[in-house]
Amino acid sequence: MKSKKILDTVIEKIIFCCGILAIVFVVLIFGFLLKESFSFFKDYGIINFVTGKLWYPTSAPPRFGILSLMAGSFFVTLGAAAVAIPLGVMAALYIAEVAPVSIRDFLKSGVELLAAIPSVVIGFIGMVTLVPLVRTVFDLPTGLTAFAGSIMLGFMALPTIVSISEDAIRAVPWNYKEGALALGATRWQTMYRIVLPAALPGIIAAVMLGLGRVIGETMAVMMITGNAAQIPAGIFEPVRTMTATIAAEMGETVKGSMHYRSLFSIGVILFMITFCINFIADLFLHRMKR
Amino acid sequence: MPLKKIDVENLNLYYSSFHALKSVSLSVAPNRITSIIGPSGCGKSTLLRTFNRINDTIEGIKITGEVRIDGSNIYDDGYDVDALRRKVGMVFQRPNPFPLSIYENVAFGLKIHAMASGAVLDAIVEESLKDVLLWDDLKDKLRRSALELSLEERQRLCIARLIAVKPDIILLDEPCSALDPIATLRIEELMVELKKKYTILIVTHNMQQAARISDDTGFMLLGELIEFGITSKIFTNPAMKQTEDYVTGRFG
Ligand SMILES: Nc1ncnc2c1ncn2[C@@H]1O[C@H](COP(=O)(O)OP(=O)(O)OP(=O)(O)O)[C@@H](O)[C@H]1O
Ligand SMILES: [Mg+2]
Repeated sequence: MKSKKILDTVIEKIIFCCGILAIVFVVLIFGFLLKESFSFFKDYGIINFVTGKLWYPTSAPPRFGILSLMAGSFFVTLGAAAVAIPLGVMAALYIAEVAPVSIRDFLKSGVELLAAIPSVVIGFIGMVTLVPLVRTVFDLPTGLTAFAGSIMLGFMALPTIVSISEDAIRAVPWNYKEGALALGATRWQTMYRIVLPAALPGIIAAVMLGLGRVIGETMAVMMITGNAAQIPAGIFEPVRTMTATIAAEMGETVKGSMHYRSLFSIGVILFMITFCINFIADLFLHRMKR
Repeated sequence: MPLKKIDVENLNLYYSSFHALKSVSLSVAPNRITSIIGPSGCGKSTLLRTFNRINDTIEGIKITGEVRIDGSNIYDDGYDVDALRRKVGMVFQRPNPFPLSIYENVAFGLKIHAMASGAVLDAIVEESLKDVLLWDDLKDKLRRSALELSLEERQRLCIARLIAVKPDIILLDEPCSALDPIATLRIEELMVELKKKYTILIVTHNMQQAARISDDTGFMLLGELIEFGITSKIFTNPAMKQTEDYVTGRFG
């Protein structure tokens, strides 16, 4: 009896330490990011950094304007949203409300499988299939464009959007649907007038989380979007995202240099953006639970 | 009984292999309140839910026999189920207003059936809320969420939402079981008021309620309709032994 009690407290302590450790790591990472970026902001100026259009980190004098990189991230994310939101919400509706049980299980495992594909593989597949296709179909000099990147990233956001939206849709009380059907509403009317509005907070959370993944995604965008650091004139232009910049240039920088610290600063901006998105998603998830 | 509003003939219902309704036959007259009583699990809800075919969605369900409403069998192939449900409205045990505004709740049926819009819609919403005695309290709160209402108000709203589409028949499945005794009495008064315009069927566990408000009563046991007739006769001088045992409280 006594040894059992000791074991209990030991396990409890271990779990406690793991929890604390996770928090400590987050704080350390964040502290490190802040330290590097603060010193950069002091040297270069935060305003110059976020509003500058030119990203020439190795020319003399170097230019560290990330507006074009933010625009690149923004464009690609927006495009991914345009692909993933309609597709994802429709798929979730189909899985939750329409599909017979056998098809539902099949589709759900399909969606889970999609989530399990590593992003390099998605990038690679996009590079050899989608990119040439975009180039020939739209008659462009290169298929490595924001458009191709958006489609691929849309697919990467899909699993999150589908599975969380599906949960939200299934959480809509049967009562509501029964009430609508009993008034003579068709299945479709019930869906878009009652089920969708009731599930909306959850769907918004799903979209936010899905897009959070898109903004933070690196590998696939680096392979497909063309990596030109310019403010794109349209979706058929090459772009470069914030993440791709960090990943591509970190290896070439001298530790502690201006360039090195500027990449950390991009990381901070990225962190703030994803933090906001996750925060909004969280708000809506809580609203859904209520 | 003069006319038949609902005419059930030899109705059998199976949930997969479970025989839930056994050769039920009855006729319901218009503008009367008919109550269905019986112990838990005897099939009262199941029977009520065959009248608007809301059972249809359940997997493995099988129905034989006929349910004629105004003379036509609602289980005929090609019968318009959405139109049926407009004609035969249902109020559920747990009040289930939609998570929309009070106004949108009442307007819902009218909108989906494209029955009214604009000023006409407003007028019908007002009239329906007046019919359930909610208008005076809620006329300034129509844009508020229906989920802010009390249980009794919610149940009244659910009734208003029904009568807005001008049904013929109103089915109520233990509509007062979530309500306190005073709210129950007020809903009962409302039903008596409503029977001037509608044919009402109510499932209830509460025998006093059945005795108070209904004109006809059916007693069910284990999926069978044991006895059906004028309420006073069922309660004071039933023909069947089981009915007598149940209404005198000897079992159930
Ligand atoms: N969807 C279903 N699938 C299988 N069996 C069901 C289903 N719904 C009801 N039953 C069974 O059918 C029988 C009748 O159920 P029903 O809900 O009609 O009873 P009830 O008289 O309304 O009971 P209560 O007074 O408890 O509401 C019960 O034995 C129940 O277990
Ligand atoms: Mg019941």
